[in-house]
Amino acid sequence: MAKAKVTPPEMREYPVIPVLKPDAMKSDGPFIAKPMHQEPLNFPGELVDNWEEKAVEKLGDLVGRYRSLRVYLDSCVRCGACTDKCHYMIGTSDPKNMPVARQDLLRQVYKNYYTPLGKFFDKMGWEWGTKLIGAKKMDRSVLDDWYNYYHQCSQCRRCSVFCPYGIDTADISMAARDIMDHIGHGQKYCNEIIAKVYKIGNNLGLPEPALADTLEGLEEDLEDETGIAVQVPLDKKGVDILLVTPSADFFAEPHVDGLMGYAKVFHEAGVSWTISSHASEAANFGMFIGSYENMRRISLRIREAALDLGVKRIVFGECGHAWRVAYSFLNTLAGPFDFLDPKYPVPQHICEFTYNLIKEDKLTFDKSRNDDMVLTFHDSCNVARATRMGDFPGGQFVIPREVIKAACNNYYDMDEDTIHDLTYCCGGGGGLLTDDLMELRVKGALPRMEALKAVTEEHGVTHLAAICAICKSQFTKVLPYYNFQMDQIVSVHQLVSSAIILDGQVTDDDD
Amino acid sequence: MGFLTGFFALFFYAAVIIFVAGVGFKISQYARTPAPLKVPTMPAPLTRKGVAFRLFTEVVFFKSLFRANKWIWILGWMFHFALLLVLLRHLRYFVDLNSPLWSWVILIQPFGKYAAFAMLAGLVGLLVRRFTVERIRYISIPSDYLMLILLLFIGITGSLMTFVAHTDIVQLKNFIGGIMGFSFDAHMPSDFILMLHLFSVFMLMIIFPFSKLLHAPGIFFSPSRNQVDNSREKRHLAPWAAKLEEAE
Ligand code: HEM
Ligand code: HEM
Ligand code: SF4
Ligand code: SF4
Repeated sequence: MAKAKVTPPEMREYPVIPVLKPDAMKSDGPFIAKPMHQEPLNFPGELVDNWEEKAVEKLGDLVGRYRSLRVYLDSCVRCGACTDKCHYMIGTSDPKNMPVARQDLLRQVYKNYYTPLGKFFDKMGWEWGTKLIGAKKMDRSVLDDWYNYYHQCSQCRRCSVFCPYGIDTADISMAARDIMDHIGHGQKYCNEIIAKVYKIGNNLGLPEPALADTLEGLEEDLEDETGIAVQVPLDKKGVDILLVTPSADFFAEPHVDGLMGYAKVFHEAGVSWTISSHASEAANFGMFIGSYENMRRISLRIREAALDLGVKRIVFGECGHAWRVAYSFLNTLAGPFDFLDPKYPVPQHICEFTYNLIKEDKLTFDKSRNDDMVLTFHDSCNVARATRMGDFPGGQFVIPREVIKAACNNYYDMDEDTIHDLTYCCGGGGGLLTDDLMELRVKGALPRMEALKAVTEEHGVTHLAAICAICKSQFTKVLPYYNFQMDQIVSVHQLVSSAIILDGQVTDDDD
Repeated sequence: MGFLTGFFALFFYAAVIIFVAGVGFKISQYARTPAPLKVPTMPAPLTRKGVAFRLFTEVVFFKSLFRANKWIWILGWMFHFALLLVLLRHLRYFVDLNSPLWSWVILIQPFGKYAAFAMLAGLVGLLVRRFTVERIRYISIPSDYLMLILLLFIGITGSLMTFVAHTDIVQLKNFIGGIMGFSFDAHMPSDFILMLHLFSVFMLMIIFPFSKLLHAPGIFFSPSRNQVDNSREKRHLAPWAAKLEEAE
């Protein structure tokens, strides 16, 4: 696909904080959902008549249901610690992309309707009072700012790491999107996808026969490559493991190479496994729109599939936000999973699965097969700051790196301020991976691209490995804007796939 | 009972009631509001003890702020730590120093005294930042400036009494001891600076539960900081979410 016309921002020699450019990213925002995208999610089809009132009402409902929201809206002291931490702020210089300014778009309305002073000043009609405390009435300009700037937040949580009270702008964006959905002003991209999940089973709208076809094709490729009949089963009952993976893994590049990696690892482990056509999607866009109800409904498919197929374990493929919902919420939303084998955590990440086998010395690698690459690892924001892997805090940083290092000889980390829990989002997370937000996506990738450039120059890094379907798609699109090649992004299990030597596999070296 | 004594006694009661009831209400409101999802900022502790330690580092050292911005950290931490010392020193107006329970209040007197300078310096620094740093100026609202000015005013009037024009501490103790026991025999010392000091202190107490000063209780209730990372082991079902499930 041709590059959309977006000029990427200049890379900075030093990470200086940009001078503010008010309204630099002011726009109508991404495409608005049509009734056909809204209604399957139980949201009104279009902006309801008394939307100001309804929005305020929904805000009150959420503040009563989420302690996070209430505490966050009350506590910010506007200290400014978060103001230079957001990749969208860094890439666009728009002050409303400073996390605290983004929060204040919602907070000003909260103050007006749900704090004693705000209510008082509003009732008296004392404008100086509302100005004094930064309160604002709900009106069209507020809604437009919400729609625009809450769709310029990838819910990556980087700001929350630095805030002295842990205020998480991601939670506030989710609440704002939930409110907008409830007044009929949703985002097309997210809601259309969720509707597809309900109707067909996955984000890409890939129906069961097409999926079966694709997986068969993959089995053939695997056999051609290895000479061994590695299976990629669909809807097989009574197996050990249900694999839930993002649908991009079924055919997008480099995702699909990762899927072949999982298949080889399962094969070597000697476990039986299957993909489910009912739950053929790991991603849960219900989180992006902050809707507990939709998030739960999407999660329940996984429970149903696990019950229906009679599996013992659930393993998730490489997908960042999916892993957040899986690790942090699945048990709560769709548990208890007492019908699964209690020996294993529910769910497990494919990296945990592979890592355990590596530790038990059950996999054979020929690392030199990846010698054409020098690698670095992009910590996906939601994996890094919203989940864990393994049984110790920070396992989410260690385990994927150990998997990469088991499969590759050449590995270097990027600058320490850009990895682990300080990682920068790829620029396309949180429901923003859509072409109508291309400018934002390119600009938001700036800090990651700078860090990548630095290791490229210093250590000759050639490839960026990731464990998130969104990161992979996003980088494929934006790398070229920064003078990299689109195929410099790879899946972690793609590296595993290239280096692993299956039992009985005839390799070139043996010829 | 003179007018001044009556005025300050009433103001004192009003401020204390509003402060205690207001902050108490907010705390109970935070405690009552469910947290339906596990959202600690990772990596997070795996045990409650670990969480207590995490909160300790946040409350005592402002750890996240330290990672974020060294200038705000130095100014903010200096201000808060000095404020704590100053407040502890103030205990002498309210407690019986002869009781062994409170003897430590005597020990910290000199620290509390000179902490005033650190507190003022921190406040001035924070105020200057608000005016000069473009990003912080952009996000500041009028009440942010006023809050700093109010605290500066309290600090300056207090320091004036400590270092320049001493006030009658014995009389003040009698007055406070009196109104705390609802007796109004000892009258309010007629010292203008003290009146300004007390007036602004009472204003601060009244504003507290209605303003961003709620960050003090808020930090203990922040789900991203106070949750244990155990979502795979334990379900975390909020009452309203449980109802939602039952309704199906
Ligand atoms: C549990 C106790 C408290 C904790 C952990 C705490 C923590 C913090 C932190 C981390 C900041 C941000 C950094 C800064 O700007 O200084 C802050 C700001 C502030 N705090 Fe506190 N605080 C506490 C209690 C208080 C109290 C009792 C007061 C006032 C009487 C207060 C007044 C302020 C003010 C006015 C600011 C904003 C400073 C500015 O304008 O930049 N804090 N607090
Ligand atoms: C009812 C409450 C209070 C009373 C009766 C009170 C009274 C006083 C008095 C009499 C002094 C002079 C001490 C001396 O001459 O040695 C003083 C000093 C001071 N006060 Fe207060 N004060 C109160 C609350 C506060 C609060 C809440 C703050 C801070 C926010 C504060 C900040 C200061 C400071 C910075 C000094 C100068 C340093 C020191 O002597 O500790 N005061 N106060
Ligand atoms: S770091 Fe936290 S308290 Fe400070 S301005 Fe940002 S959101 Fe507000
Ligand atoms: S969550 Fe990420 S994208 Fe959103 S405001 Fe914070 S740093 Fe920016």
